[in-house]
Amino acid sequence: MARGIKDKVAILGMGCSKFGERWDSGAEELMLEAYKECLADAGIDQNQLQAAWFSTAIDEVHVGKSGIPLSTTLRLPNIPVTHVENMCASGTEAFRGACYAVASGAADFALALGVEKLKDTGYGGLPGGRGGPLQSLWNASGTAPGNFAQLATAYMTAHGVSGEDLKKAIGHVSWKSHQNGAKNPKAHLQKAVEMDTILNAPMIASPLGLFDCCGVSDGAAAAIVTTPEIAKALGKHDIVSVKALQLSVSNGSESGHNSWDGSYFHTTRIASKKAYEEAGIKSPRDEVSMFEVHDCFSVTELVTMEDLHISETGKGWKDVLDGFYDADGKIPCQIDGGLKCFGHPIGASGLRMLYEMYLQIQGKAGPRQLKNPRIGMTHNLGGAPRENISSVAIVGRYE
Amino acid sequence: MVGIVAFGAYVPRLRLNRQAAYDANKWFAPGLRGLAKGERSMANWDEDSITMAVEASRDCLTSHKAEDVRNIYFASTTHPFKDRQNAGVIGTALNVEQNLSTMDVGGSLKAGTSALIAGLNASRDGAPSLVAAADKRMARVASANELNYGDAAAALLCGTENVIAKLVGHHSVAMDFVDHFRGDEAEFDYGWEERWIRDEGYSKIVPPAIKAALAACKLKGSDITHFIMPSLMPAVPKLMAKMAGIGEGAVRDLLGASLGDTGAAHALVMLVDSLETAKVGDKIMVVAFGQGVDTLVFEVTAEKDKLAKRKGLSGWMARRKEEKNYMKFLAFNDMLPIDKGMRAEFDKKTALSVLWRKRDMIYGLVGGKCKVCGTVQFPRSQVCVNPNCHAIDSQDPYAMAGLECSVMSFTADSLVYSPDPPGYYGMITFPEGGRFMADFTDSDKDQVRVGAKMRMTFRIRDNDQMRGGFKRYFWKAAPV
Repeated sequence: MARGIKDKVAILGMGCSKFGERWDSGAEELMLEAYKECLADAGIDQNQLQAAWFSTAIDEVHVGKSGIPLSTTLRLPNIPVTHVENMCASGTEAFRGACYAVASGAADFALALGVEKLKDTGYGGLPGGRGGPLQSLWNASGTAPGNFAQLATAYMTAHGVSGEDLKKAIGHVSWKSHQNGAKNPKAHLQKAVEMDTILNAPMIASPLGLFDCCGVSDGAAAAIVTTPEIAKALGKHDIVSVKALQLSVSNGSESGHNSWDGSYFHTTRIASKKAYEEAGIKSPRDEVSMFEVHDCFSVTELVTMEDLHISETGKGWKDVLDGFYDADGKIPCQIDGGLKCFGHPIGASGLRMLYEMYLQIQGKAGPRQLKNPRIGMTHNLGGAPRENISSVAIVGRYE
Repeated sequence: MVGIVAFGAYVPRLRLNRQAAYDANKWFAPGLRGLAKGERSMANWDEDSITMAVEASRDCLTSHKAEDVRNIYFASTTHPFKDRQNAGVIGTALNVEQNLSTMDVGGSLKAGTSALIAGLNASRDGAPSLVAAADKRMARVASANELNYGDAAAALLCGTENVIAKLVGHHSVAMDFVDHFRGDEAEFDYGWEERWIRDEGYSKIVPPAIKAALAACKLKGSDITHFIMPSLMPAVPKLMAKMAGIGEGAVRDLLGASLGDTGAAHALVMLVDSLETAKVGDKIMVVAFGQGVDTLVFEVTAEKDKLAKRKGLSGWMARRKEEKNYMKFLAFNDMLPIDKGMRAEFDKKTALSVLWRKRDMIYGLVGGKCKVCGTVQFPRSQVCVNPNCHAIDSQDPYAMAGLECSVMSFTADSLVYSPDPPGYYGMITFPEGGRFMADFTDSDKDQVRVGAKMRMTFRIRDNDQMRGGFKRYFWKAAPV
């Protein structure tokens, strides 16, 4: 294992737009909304930025390609801007680029900004498509819910969990996120929902019903990173530093080799293990204070908590039903509402998760503030269970 | 000795209940009441004459190797392509290209028999010929044709070795008697009065043609044990047999009650039906009428009982699901401007250069088998997918279309656009190795479950209507 970047990078400032169906805003307005908050929080001048990373995942439906949309919208001082795309892990990718620039010494101040403007397509759900000229000739006609629904069927088969138990557990996942989202003024969905409503909602892709699916939202989030030394020199207290950044990408074995049973995320197991190693975390169930994980679908969150090595494999559904991940549980998960309620503007989501960790560690999370959190972990999953990018970030109090 | 060495058939799973269709239209066409009984086969939205012909050909080749076929004749009046060899698509789906001649035969309801005559003659020197016939004809709403027609395919392998039905002789006449036609600009047939067709057409053209064929075969009418003659008028075959001195007991059932008239395929569909039960020594006469008459006479040999079992017409007929929703029939046939929603708007343009490079993968479902570790995989790739191997350039082509597979995970997706929602798809795994996320077809809620056995079937994946109807074909999984 390489030395890693633990405590070499500090978050100097962060910003996040209101998420939701932002009929009033295009991608440009959303970018600026997050950026203004971020820059003010960092307390530096724009001309001090030396590099930027810009993430969008479905740029065809809004800003287009390249780093130019960010540079132009913010009128950046002709610094390098790199456009990154790694599906739902794009936001964390932008953050990774900025952190590595600082850790390497190439930049003292680097910006990561992610945005997605999805609600200009004319229909609900994510924009579809079947990939390039070869994929479009043979890829199954899937949607995101359809692909993740299969995680549920495979999970039930692998662990002998009944449909009823699983439905209850994934229903609880969504119930909990709605409870949390109700306390977040920036969230897309800010309404608590009854368990009965969740369980009896219309089926989208069996066994996933409407409430098992996260919101499709517009939004942007941003971070400015620097070194802890510079942050201190600028007079910052309660510094939040980066403990680990790991990424694992499928190489086709799950989708093409019969060794994978469809019930877990191979990549998340690898990325989280490496991240704990980089961060020096020995017993994650005891050391991590809170999670923001990729709950694109309720079942994704449930299985992810096993693959992050927090719940035992095949037993995650029991932890969920025991309230282990609730706001008042042992390790709160999705305290800001998660993708489910905060929303999921794809390119912004990784940064939005870090934004919550950043607020919580600094004690600035308002009515949803947890008691003295020290270590926060975020996780994104881009793609489908059979083929994906799993990104993991661990941040914490700099001591 | 040349003749038929193997046979196969295909019938779509759905059967439209004629009473249901009549009930929907009787306000307009009460005169159709007499036809409102039984059922007709109805292609799924993802089936056309090519896909049905591929299935019938696979059924036929249960006992033979596709690579031994030297000629493919494909008869239809509904070839999906006007300029693109339809028979060639069948060849690619069967993974044959080399030493292969292909030909589309059309333009008449006797296209099936004309193709069979050509196939038999081409096989005389020992080059096996596959003759496939399929039709999926459109008919106007509330027409008699809508109730009478059916969708199906038949395939016959012609050759000189292990002949199960030897060709005794054949005879043809060509006369431009236009009982009906479908012009280049039309979707539907236009026909003349039935009584005229019967009295001036059938009655004056067919009996002399049969007699000439009998003479050429040195047979009497009474020698014929199976008389096959498709006609939309059920009394006509009996009348023709009588006029030619063929016993009424020899006249084969038109399969109208449960299948319908399958157009250019029907004479061959009925021939497969006869062959399934025929006995050694039986003499089968096949007559097809369409701007002339083709007549063929076969004699069943002792080899017939040795032919390996296949689904055949009876097997596919037994796989049946009744459809009482006439609206669905209209929608599947693009006769209903149904609101497909924005998710149906994605461009379906095909990169023909990609299709050419990957034709064995897309049309043949050919994957790879690693020479180093033996792992079967789909698609074939340059680096082996086995995480413990990853050998480079190590894979031999491996045909997977004929392999049974099972469902590892699946869903019924109500969000994705499907002409027949919800869209069923899932991860299928092959016991030999290999898996991929596949669309399912011909699937019902109670059939699809984890572990269910599936069979791969060649289907339409998309129809690129922006470019004149380029059908994109690929393989889907259907319950066994």
